[in-house]
Amino acid sequence: MSASLIGRPLARVDGRAKVTGTARYAADFNQPGQLYAVIVSATVGLGRVMDVAAAEVERMPGIAAVITHRNAPKLPYLPHRAVIDPAVGERLHVLQEDNVRFYGQPVAIVVADTLDHAERAATALRVTYETRQPLVDPADRRAEKIVPEAATRARALADRSRGDADGAVAQAPVRIDETYDIARENHNPMEPHATIAAWNGDRLTLWSKSQYLVNEQAEIAAVFGLPAENVEVICPFIGGAFGTSLRTWPHVTLAALAARHVARPVKLVLTRKQMFFTTGHRPRTRQRVALGATPEGRLTGVIHEGMGETSRYEQFMEALTNVTDYLYSCPNVRTQYRLAQLDTSTPNHMRGPGDASGIFALESAMDELSYKLGIDPIELRRRNEPQIDEAENKPFSSRSLMQCYELGSERFGWARRTPKPRSMRDGRLLIGMGAATATYPAFHAPASARVRLLADGLAEVEAAASDMGPGTYTSMTQVAAEFLGLPPEQVRFRLGRSAYPQTPSHGGSWTMASVGSAIRAACLEAQAQAARRAVADTRSPLFEASVGNLEWSAGHLRRRGEASTGLSYQDIVARTGAPVEAEGSAQRDPEVAERYSMHSFGAVFAEVAIDPDVGTIRVRHIVGAYGIGRVVNPLLARSQCTGGMIGGIGMALMERTVLDLRDGRPVNAHMADYLMPVNLDIPKLEALFVDEVDPHVNPLGVKGLGEIALVGTAPAIANAVFHATGKRVRSLPIHIEDVLTA
Amino acid sequence: MFPFVLEKPDSTEDAIAAAAAGARYIAGGTTLVDLMREEVERPERLIDINRLPLGGIRVEGEHLVIGALARMAEVAADANVQRLQPLIAESLIEGASPQLRNMASMGGNLLQRVRCPYFRMLDAGCNKRTPGSGCAAIDGLNAGHAILGTSDHCVATHPSDVAVALVALDATMRVRGPQGERSFPVEELFRLPGDTPHLEHTLLPGELIVEIRVPGGPHSRRARYLKVRDRASYEFALVSAAVALLVEDGVIRQARIAVGGVGTRPWRLRDCEAELVGKGPDRQAFEEAARLAARGARPLRHNHFKAELLPRTIVRALEMAGEVA
Repeated sequence: MSASLIGRPLARVDGRAKVTGTARYAADFNQPGQLYAVIVSATVGLGRVMDVAAAEVERMPGIAAVITHRNAPKLPYLPHRAVIDPAVGERLHVLQEDNVRFYGQPVAIVVADTLDHAERAATALRVTYETRQPLVDPADRRAEKIVPEAATRARALADRSRGDADGAVAQAPVRIDETYDIARENHNPMEPHATIAAWNGDRLTLWSKSQYLVNEQAEIAAVFGLPAENVEVICPFIGGAFGTSLRTWPHVTLAALAARHVARPVKLVLTRKQMFFTTGHRPRTRQRVALGATPEGRLTGVIHEGMGETSRYEQFMEALTNVTDYLYSCPNVRTQYRLAQLDTSTPNHMRGPGDASGIFALESAMDELSYKLGIDPIELRRRNEPQIDEAENKPFSSRSLMQCYELGSERFGWARRTPKPRSMRDGRLLIGMGAATATYPAFHAPASARVRLLADGLAEVEAAASDMGPGTYTSMTQVAAEFLGLPPEQVRFRLGRSAYPQTPSHGGSWTMASVGSAIRAACLEAQAQAARRAVADTRSPLFEASVGNLEWSAGHLRRRGEASTGLSYQDIVARTGAPVEAEGSAQRDPEVAERYSMHSFGAVFAEVAIDPDVGTIRVRHIVGAYGIGRVVNPLLARSQCTGGMIGGIGMALMERTVLDLRDGRPVNAHMADYLMPVNLDIPKLEALFVDEVDPHVNPLGVKGLGEIALVGTAPAIANAVFHATGKRVRSLPIHIEDVLTA
Repeated sequence: MFPFVLEKPDSTEDAIAAAAAGARYIAGGTTLVDLMREEVERPERLIDINRLPLGGIRVEGEHLVIGALARMAEVAADANVQRLQPLIAESLIEGASPQLRNMASMGGNLLQRVRCPYFRMLDAGCNKRTPGSGCAAIDGLNAGHAILGTSDHCVATHPSDVAVALVALDATMRVRGPQGERSFPVEELFRLPGDTPHLEHTLLPGELIVEIRVPGGPHSRRARYLKVRDRASYEFALVSAAVALLVEDGVIRQARIAVGGVGTRPWRLRDCEAELVGKGPDRQAFEEAARLAARGARPLRHNHFKAELLPRTIVRALEMAGEVA
């Protein structure tokens, strides 16, 4: 076989389509006779809809329907719960009752012949409410903290303890015990949520922005009481998502409901403002981290208590305190996870879910400890590097954290750093350098894929996967080309249809591990089928050869050790007529999963410059070094990492959804007011990958990449802010006002 | 969006007549269209003035003359503006985003509406949008709001950057209305909210901004605009300062200071200016003068930091102006 395609910096196969505008996103699939729906959102934070003056707007131009809880059909809402849905609670049922549970909840939907008419009527629609005072502040003493019910079932999220952490911290010669806050964040991808729904009898087609097509299909089928095969979901392109399109949110139901009501296809696109209401958010969190250590810097006790906000109707859980018991070596560790139930919509996963928030607290505390001990922050981590996963008492499948620190610190120039806070300057600017560990689990979920070898020599590969930007189209093309022995130009990889073979959600950095492994399996199965055809074909030079004596090389089948060119797929398919079609599926070997602890690790370095007069904080340089197993495409991998770092800059210094406590409304639900990095905020970003071979995680040796690139960035920046100013800010985002008096 | 009629008159006279009869002018539309889509603004009749001969940038003796329809980007890139009044170019580049600067006109910039979030929410009280409906910001979230010139009825900050520079530079504006033309200082365009926050400017019905005139002088070269904010672009100022210094023989002969992000209108600080005159351009003098800036400030629950940031911004801006070669 020629040099491996895996590992090559192939340019995006869909790049031209994207930059020339021919890539079609959900809202681009306009249907003949389509009407437009606009959601009317509740303007109170808690209460009941008393009256909807629908008749007033039904007379307005172009209005086809005004649908409220009064005239909406009662939907079956059959039980359905996917891995991305909260394990406890029940999803929001839209337009089924008069209750308003949170500000912005859909209370009506207006359908019209044009978007303008629908918007006009939606604004004009008068809704009167009985109003109660919502509770939306998790720091409010009235906010009840509960033990997440599912935590007793899910090993990873339960309160966990080994040794006597409280005793060890109390007796430790050196202690840190601090509280860390992180604001609510919204995903804010460029593409808004959009669904076009069209019914044909009792069959429904949805062109809908989704990171989890097969679940969107299953969820909408359950909501409407249909067999799953009656629903098809199509979404070939996604304009960014960061987790917000993992779940199937109420607007998808509303689009389908409206289309059935008016018996026409209906298009529904959320406004930017509505994307702050019902499509999830990174939950606001408060965490306590207490560390005990010897004067030499050996951890003797670690306590990590975390609390995240959730809604009243669902218990959203994330991996807030998960990393703490395996990241460092320590005999006494206790973690705890609680939820604050509030009158808000349900949060959901946002890039680096849980881990990014949790590691901000842990890695800030480790940094604080390093100053208290007078030990270099990286050296402190070295002194606490574990040999095994001490929580699970099993080896890591691979762990390259120290190599990441070495590689990263050299590129970053950590040696230039003078340890004392406020000791580095560039002209009048204060310079700070900070570092933090990043980690994310190497997940893997069952997936399947199909390969079709065509008579013209092309290979079609299909899976119901998504590509929200990481380059799934390209990387899967590489995997298929690699295992079929074809040039990538001869592989057509398709995704974005629920009818394709099933895959897990496109999140959690498991798409390459899961779908890539399935494609590999499908390719091998296609080759096996092709070989069987070749030996059964009387006109074939390989007729009656033993399959065991054949080998594939560069897309050709020949007798093992023979010098002939052999038969191409095209030769075999053309001789035998029908295309070869093979399905393959893959999942992690449970026995291997039981034996090893599987995680990615990384080291992130940040340099900031702070204006001592006016407090402006600008990131100058970020280096991330990662051990993520095999890198399928270094070009895409670097792009993933720099994107994650930019998200981390947002988390550290900008992003915050601010709620008005009087009624729970987000006051900055606007791109001018919800700050995210713009080009001018994006400095030199470098992503490095250590050579890491992990034979255990999956046949491809990939650990996944995407989430980890955001994890670790915020604490590295926060630690750099401390190094620059001597002021420790334990609340994200860090704004000018936080360092002004440093 | 509320239905409206759009007219494109060929003459300024026709435009003014229509506006005097209640129509609204539209130029770049970067504020108005945004607000119309939210139905915060519901004009029934719009006069597109883009075809009127109100553009261009020229030099008349000591004066830089900027047409009301000149775009922000065009003015910022203009060689005469950069040479004669670099403060204006700098304040424009710090404003908005490249896309907005390509569209937004200078006249429209001065008349842009406030960024108070409650002004933009039809379901919140706002005396500016709906007189008598109350102010949701005073007891709400007000980190971005003003600390100077506020009233019990409105605390919204004036959002323009270039207006701060123009006020510092004693720019005047020429307007034309049904009764003919008049000129007055840009500073006098802006009203304090008082108990009528819905009245934002002093233009008479139908009056149209024709041009902005900026007097030049030796102070113009030693002038800087500093905008302090949490991200590097596309964010309104937390605090900004436009300053110009005339220094002769190591002594400040003339100082001009106007600030943004803190006032309900672009805020000239004449007490601070007077404090500087006769002193050396050093940090101590700057700090003593800047100390006067927040006198009379009325911080709200979430914007106390602005009272701290304001003098620091002025000091730094003065240092920057002092460093200009």
